[in-house]
Amino acid sequence: MARISSTAKVELRGVKKRFGSKVVLDGVDLTIQPGSSLVVIGGSGTGKSVMIKCVLGILRPDAGQIFVDGTDVTRLRGGARDTVLRKFGMTFQGAALFDSLPVWENVAFGLIQGRGMGRRKARDIAMEKLAKVGLGAEVGKLWPAELSGGMQKRVGLARAIAADPEIIFFDEPTTGLDPIMADVINNLIVDTVKGTGTTTLSITHDLVSARKISDRIAMLYAGKIIWEGPTAEIDSSGNPYVDQFIHGREEGPIHMEVRG
Amino acid sequence: MNVFAPIGRAVLAYLAHIGRLAVFTLDSVTACFRPPIYWNLIVQQMMRIGYFSLPVVGLTAFFTGGALALQIYIGASRYGAEAFVPVVVLVGITRELGPVIAGLMVAGRVAAAIAAELGTMRVTEQIDALTTLATNPIKYLVVPRLVAAVISMPILVAVADSIGVFGGYVASTQSLGFTGAIYLKNTIDNVTYHDVSSGLIKAAVFGFIIALMGAYNGFHSKGGAQGVGAATTNAVVSASILILAANFLLTNLLFTD
Repeated sequence: MARISSTAKVELRGVKKRFGSKVVLDGVDLTIQPGSSLVVIGGSGTGKSVMIKCVLGILRPDAGQIFVDGTDVTRLRGGARDTVLRKFGMTFQGAALFDSLPVWENVAFGLIQGRGMGRRKARDIAMEKLAKVGLGAEVGKLWPAELSGGMQKRVGLARAIAADPEIIFFDEPTTGLDPIMADVINNLIVDTVKGTGTTTLSITHDLVSARKISDRIAMLYAGKIIWEGPTAEIDSSGNPYVDQFIHGREEGPIHMEVRG
Repeated sequence: MNVFAPIGRAVLAYLAHIGRLAVFTLDSVTACFRPPIYWNLIVQQMMRIGYFSLPVVGLTAFFTGGALALQIYIGASRYGAEAFVPVVVLVGITRELGPVIAGLMVAGRVAAAIAAELGTMRVTEQIDALTTLATNPIKYLVVPRLVAAVISMPILVAVADSIGVFGGYVASTQSLGFTGAIYLKNTIDNVTYHDVSSGLIKAAVFGFIIALMGAYNGFHSKGGAQGVGAATTNAVVSASILILAANFLLTNLLFTD
C-alpha cells in the first residue's frame, strides 16, 4: 500500500518499544489520515496504550519514527514537544480526572494551565463542553470523586475536547461501563467528532464500540499491526487472527497466556 | 547458571536507580528556574508542608529541649558546671536537635504525603493526563513542593529552636531550681549568629531532601495500592537516612571554624 507521509495526520514507522526483556512494540507501522477515525483493536496487554504513549512522548520509543503533520516528533523535548502536544486531546481508561480540582477546573485545565487563558473565559468554555457531553452546570461544581464511572468518562471527554484539539486519542472509552452507558459514550464520541474535521485514534477491545466510532480498524498483535482496513471489511478480512478476535473464540492462532 | 549473574543484575538495577534519581533531581532543579512558575501552588504547598507541621514540630521540640536540659544538668553537676546548662541547651538545639528533629518529623509527615499523592496520581494516569494537557508534570507537581519545602523548613526550624530553648527553660526553672531571669540572660548573652544560621542552612537542605524523596518515589511508583504503599515507605525511610547522613556531612562542613 502506498503511503504519502506528507498527507498523513499521524504516522508511525517501525516503532519499537521494549521493557527489560519484554518486547511490547516490534515495529509498528500505522498511518492515520486527517479527519479519519481509526480504531486499534487487540487483546489486553498487547501494547495498545504503549503505542499511544509513544506518540504523545510520555514514553520514548527504542527505534522508529513518529510523524505528526509530516514533522518528525520522535525526539522532541521541552517547548517544541509542548507545541505538538497542544494538537492533542486524550481520554483515559480510568478517566484520570484530577481529584484535587472540581469538575469544571478539570475540563478547563488545558485552557488555563496549558494555554494561559483567563479563568472566567475558561470556565465558560468548560461549562459549554460539559453541556456538549450532556452534563449540566451543577455538575461543574462537584468533585470527581462524587461522580459515577460513566459521568467521569464524560467529564474526561469534555476535558479532551475543551481546547478543540486536532487529534483526539481515546484509551478504552467504554471499558467498565454498562452496555447502555457505553452506547451513550459511543454516540457522544461520534457526535463531538463528526463534522469538526478532528482526527481520532481509539484503542479498545470492545468491538461494538469499535464498529460504531471508526472509519477504519487496525489490529495489533505480537507488537505489530497485522491487519488494517475499512470498518465494513472487518468481517471479511480473511485474516485468521482478526476472525478469532472479533468472534471471541479461544481456539485459533492467538494463544492467550493463561497462568495459574 | 552463572552464580555471578544475580549479583550483576542487582548491581545494574542499583546503578539504574541512582541514574534515574540523578536525572530526576537535575530535571526538577532546572525546572525551578524556568517559567512557568506556579506561585499559587507554592503558597498552597507552604501551608501544607510548613504551617500544618507546626504543631507536631513544636511539641517534639519542646519535649526534646526539656529532656536535654535535664540530661545536661546531670552531666554538668558532676563537675559543678551547672551554670552551663543554658548554653549547652542553646547550642544543642539550634545547631543539632532543632533541624534534625524537625527534619525527621517533617519527613514522616510530608515525604509520606507527597509520595502517596503523586504515587496515586501516577497509577491513575493523572500524571500522563497532565502531559496531554500541555502541562509539564515536573513543573506543576514537583517544583512547587521542592520550593515550598526549601522555604518552609528554615522557618519551621526557627520556630522549633525557640520552642526547644523554651522547653529547656521550663525544665530548668521548674525542676532544676534555675532562676528564670538568669537562665534567659545566659541564653541571650551566648546566642551567636553562627549557631542559628548553620541550623537554618541544614533545615533548607533537609527540606530539599524531604520533597525530592517524596516526589521521586511517588513519580516512580508502579502497580496499584501496593506500589503506592511501597513508594510511601521508601520515601520516608530514604528521606530520614539522607537527612541524618547530610546532617553529619553539613556539621563537618559548617563547624570547622
